[in-house]
Amino acid sequence: MLGNAAIAQGAYEAGVKVSAAYPGTPSTEISEYIAKYPEIYAEWSPNEKVAMEVAIGASIAGVRAMASMKLVGVNVASDPLYSIAYAGVNGGLVLVAADDPGIYSSQNEQDTRMVARAAMVPVLEPSDSEEARVFTKLAFQYSETYDTPVIVRTTTRLSHSQGVVHPEERTEIPDKPYVRNIEKNVLMPANARKRHVVVEQRMKQMAEDACAFDINRVEFRDKSIGVITSGIPYQYVREALPDASVLKLGLVHPLPKKLIQEFAAQVDTLYIVEELEPVIEEQVRSWGIPCIGKEIFTVQGEYSANLLRRAILRQEITLETPAQIPQRPPILCPGCPHRSVFSVLKKLKLHGAGDIGCYTLGAVAPLNVLDFNVCMGASISTLHGMEKAKGKEYVQNWVALIGDSTFLHTGVNSLMNMVYNKATGTVLILDNSTTGMTGHQDHAATGKTLQGETTYAINIYHLCKAIGVEYVYEIDAFDIDNLEALLKQETKRDALSVIITKSPCALLKEFVPKGKCIIHADNCKKCGQCLTPGCPAMTKQENGVPKIDAAMCNGCQLCEKRCKFRAIELIPRGKGDKT
Amino acid sequence: METKNVMIVGVGGQGTLLTSRVLGAIALTGNYDVKLSEVHGMAQRGGSVVTFVRYGESVAEPIVEEGQADILIAFERLEALRYMHFLKPDGAVIVNDTRIDPMPVVTGAAKYPEGILETLRQGHRVFSIDATAEAQKLGNSRVFNTIILGMAAQHMGFSKEEWLRVIADTVPPKTVELNQMAFLTGYQHTRQTGEE
Repeated sequence: MLGNAAIAQGAYEAGVKVSAAYPGTPSTEISEYIAKYPEIYAEWSPNEKVAMEVAIGASIAGVRAMASMKLVGVNVASDPLYSIAYAGVNGGLVLVAADDPGIYSSQNEQDTRMVARAAMVPVLEPSDSEEARVFTKLAFQYSETYDTPVIVRTTTRLSHSQGVVHPEERTEIPDKPYVRNIEKNVLMPANARKRHVVVEQRMKQMAEDACAFDINRVEFRDKSIGVITSGIPYQYVREALPDASVLKLGLVHPLPKKLIQEFAAQVDTLYIVEELEPVIEEQVRSWGIPCIGKEIFTVQGEYSANLLRRAILRQEITLETPAQIPQRPPILCPGCPHRSVFSVLKKLKLHGAGDIGCYTLGAVAPLNVLDFNVCMGASISTLHGMEKAKGKEYVQNWVALIGDSTFLHTGVNSLMNMVYNKATGTVLILDNSTTGMTGHQDHAATGKTLQGETTYAINIYHLCKAIGVEYVYEIDAFDIDNLEALLKQETKRDALSVIITKSPCALLKEFVPKGKCIIHADNCKKCGQCLTPGCPAMTKQENGVPKIDAAMCNGCQLCEKRCKFRAIELIPRGKGDKT
Repeated sequence: METKNVMIVGVGGQGTLLTSRVLGAIALTGNYDVKLSEVHGMAQRGGSVVTFVRYGESVAEPIVEEGQADILIAFERLEALRYMHFLKPDGAVIVNDTRIDPMPVVTGAAKYPEGILETLRQGHRVFSIDATAEAQKLGNSRVFNTIILGMAAQHMGFSKEEWLRVIADTVPPKTVELNQMAFLTGYQHTRQTGEE
């Protein structure tokens, strides 16, 4: 079972009734699996802050509730997280935070354990799929026992690995009665000061109890090497040092001080093996316990058994050198509407203030239209900041580039700011009717819920109009001539404008290609114009005439539109064609 | 049994995840401990993707490291070359003899290497097939990955009947027969590349 599926299974078994999330690699599948259990109400929320608050509300109402998100999503949700840590819970409340050591699909490799320490929230860290199930379940118990939200921390490697799991039945947990308690739940200063005392006591108590928790497990073998570890790195320790003694921590915050002291006293040399930040190591050192950690291990990327063999055992591992060959970076798909829009931006030499999504790939060759990105929603606000710094004319060769899902996530706030503070920039909303990069999740403007039920679809055009943007346009992403004219007009306009380029993602199940494009070699002048947008279905043959891979072509006709010599033609899709 | 290490590499969107699921399921039929590690998200958009499958009595780490793979299943030539150094000296490469140009090649910034199969054959056992063409003969170019899987099956020690049953349980119901035919096409292709 996939680690993320096992987390969903654990939540199911724990009697969870409400789950909320915003998609984000590597956490996305948790919600997709939870949606399969009819006993759980599960939703995509527009962003992680909302998801966290939905889960908090459910907890206040007395049921077990969960929010799940990726590492940077935790930043968005940290405001409610820090507060609810003070107030505590009614029904068990769990946040699943999926970190990304190695940065497979994120902007950074921040360590959620640091956030948890700052927020004073306990953290459980499973090391395989079965533990993902068991620890998720346990997290709800701890949450209720210690009256605190609990974080289950996973990583890409765990979330996207499969291992053997032994599912159990669901336990139905009776709803807890709601009792009005303003001293606990209304965090005005006088109450919050008292709650801070409670939070500190709670963490101390838990740290003491944690010395006896089963999930903090001492495995004594040869005592010359002792290792404190947790999560996926535990597996690397077992692989590389099968004879070493191990203190495997299931609860990584707060730490079981006494247990660690006892373990340290029994082994000759103590190593702390943890990916990313030295969170465990620094605490262990602060207690005066000698140990070896980040002086021999990196704070970057994923670990491996070989990394430990080299660092701890000083083994020389000679390997074949990797072949020096061309890289294969991710690219926009054939028929992707973003490519069409970017081809126009490139022609007009416009710079893009970017955002988070597939369209981030517009930063690289051959499109090269996106200059920077920061975080979800930042394209619009950074463009605004540039205008306020340098004036209206400065941003006339800039546009903000943001997707539909990202716009609803946190972009709309930034657009309100532009309206309010008299901005004149141009915002492009690349509306492909889905959350693309994470694997096609619905959102508030698609008209479908997480479970695929029909619901109201927020109209992005009317939303922009309603908050006061006077110039709002909708245009087909492949209507490149009109888009070019519109961009020329709007970037020069002395007023804020929003252009919504609409065309569905070519990977959506509902997407039906119009046909396939073919090349008439006789007409081809080998100018290469059709190749400049970088469609992966096209290659240049040795004679200079491009070739279109029929199996890959989605019939978007961008190449056809760029050909002045009518050398490319769409063969419309016939009845009964499979793709 | 010593832990068996298998890697599936290819280009994002080629269907490595389905193949890894079949591998995971077949390993479970042998009552082995199994771990699989996949790549989701950004890399799946046409990037280089790798999936690890490990099975044996007890499996700790979910990844296969350099120099440890028994079998390298490659859905594309360049990707076989990229991960070649993960193979054990006596490891087997099962490679789809097809070429997909990465963007640096398309834009002219890099050249697609020549003679990849010959390079692979230096020190490794290579089994290659143009599975995409074979799949087209079966009527659906997308089942090329099951043909490759059929070739790999010859190196993994489960019976043909077990494979066919696991395929039937794993692939979408409408495609069971097609996938089983594709599997057998690959399973019958046992000749090592470069040997008469």
